[in-house]
Amino acid sequence: MTDSAGPHPPYAWPDYGSTRWRAPQRPLVPLPENLTEVTGPVFGADRVGEWDHDLTLQYGGEPLGQRIIVHGRVVDGDGRAIPDTLVEVWQANAAGRYHHPGDERESAPLDPHFSGAGRTVTDADGRYRFVTIKPGAYPWKNHQNAWRPAHIHFSVFGRAFTQRLVTQMYFPDDPLFAYDPILASVPEVARPRLVASFDLDATKPEWALAFRWDIVLLGQRATPFESTVA
Amino acid sequence: MSTPPLTPAQTVGPFLSLGLAWPDGPCVVDPATPGAIRVGGRLVDGHGDTVGDGLVETWQAGPDGRFPQPGDAASAFRGFGRCLTDAKGAWEIVTLKPAPLPAADGETEAPHLDVSVFARGLLHRVVTRIYFADEAAANAADPVLSSLSDDAARETLIARPADGGYRIDIHLQGRHETVFFRF
Repeated sequence: MTDSAGPHPPYAWPDYGSTRWRAPQRPLVPLPENLTEVTGPVFGADRVGEWDHDLTLQYGGEPLGQRIIVHGRVVDGDGRAIPDTLVEVWQANAAGRYHHPGDERESAPLDPHFSGAGRTVTDADGRYRFVTIKPGAYPWKNHQNAWRPAHIHFSVFGRAFTQRLVTQMYFPDDPLFAYDPILASVPEVARPRLVASFDLDATKPEWALAFRWDIVLLGQRATPFESTVA
Repeated sequence: MSTPPLTPAQTVGPFLSLGLAWPDGPCVVDPATPGAIRVGGRLVDGHGDTVGDGLVETWQAGPDGRFPQPGDAASAFRGFGRCLTDAKGAWEIVTLKPAPLPAADGETEAPHLDVSVFARGLLHRVVTRIYFADEAAANAADPVLSSLSDDAARETLIARPADGGYRIDIHLQGRHETVFFRF
C-alpha cells in the first residue's frame, strides 16, 4: 500500500486554498522500511494526566454544550489492536470557537471551562475513551460562507514511524459534509471512515450521548533486522 | 481475518498547537547531556514565505544504534522530538547524533533522522529525512541517498554544521523543494 494509491487525500487540492503554496509538487520517493521506519516512539502513562481524557473536568467547572463520550479502538491494517499508544485530540467548543489566539472571532464566545485539548493512551485491547463536549461548526475564510462540519482533531502514533497519523473525526449526518473541501479531499470511498457512529449502548442515561470511532493505521511490516535492536 | 480499511489523513489545521504542543517536545535528550546537538532550520512554502503554523517531528536511533523501548527511564534518550514552528517558521530540536544502521542487502544507512511535517494546508503529513554533512563517506554509501536522481535532490536532505549544531531548511514546494518520501 502506498500513500498515492491509498485512502489519503492528495497534497494539492485547489478547493482548499491553503494547499496552494504548501503542497509538494515533485513525485514522492519510495522509502524502504528499515529500522527507523519499523520502530516508533512508545509513550507510557507518564505523558498523560489522570483527567486528560475528560475535557469536561479540566478547568474547575462544567463547560457548556452537549456532553458526549467518544470512544473506539486503534488497530492496524491487519486488524490487530494497537495497545499503549498515545491519542491526542483538540477541538472547538460548543459555540465553534477554538481556545487559541489564532481564533479571534468575537461572534462566538470562549468557554472558561473548556480548552478543547485532551490525551489518553490505548488499553491492552487498543481501546480509547474521551469525555468531551460536542463541538460546534466552525466558520472559516476558505471561500464565501465557508463552515467546517463539527469535528475533533485526532493524532495517533501507532507502534512504527510508518503508522503515524493525524486526522479528523466527524459526527454522523452533518449537513455541512457536502460543502467541506477538507473532507471532500479524501477519496469518496474512504470518507465514511472519518465519520463516527452514534452508539446507543455506550450512552450514559441522563448524562451523555456516545459516539464510536475506530482508527485503522497502516499494517506493520516484519523486518529481518529487529533482532539487531537491543 | 478481514482487513479493515485504513483511516484517511486530514490536515492538522491552524490550531494544532492546542493539541500538539509539549513543553519538552524539542528535547529528544536532556540538553545537558554530553554530546547533545541542536538540529533546526526553517519551514518554507513554495512562495518563499516561512510557515508559522507547522510542526516538525523527528524519530531516530541513539549513538549506540538502539531505539528507545517501553520501560526505558523517562529521563533517558527519547528518540522522538517535536517542535512547533514559530512566527518566523523556525524549529529546533536537541538530540544526540544517531549511529549508522544496518539496512537490507547488507547495506548500511548513514546517520539520519526520520521526519514528519504537519501544517495547515498539508492534508497529510510529509515525510523526509535529515542526514549530516560531516558524514560524507557514510552518506555516499547510503542506499536511500543513492536512490535519488541527482545531487541537488540529495542536498535537500543534508544538514550543515552551524552554530554548534546543524541547520537544514525544509521547503514544502518550489525550486528548492525538499525530497519527500512515501511508504
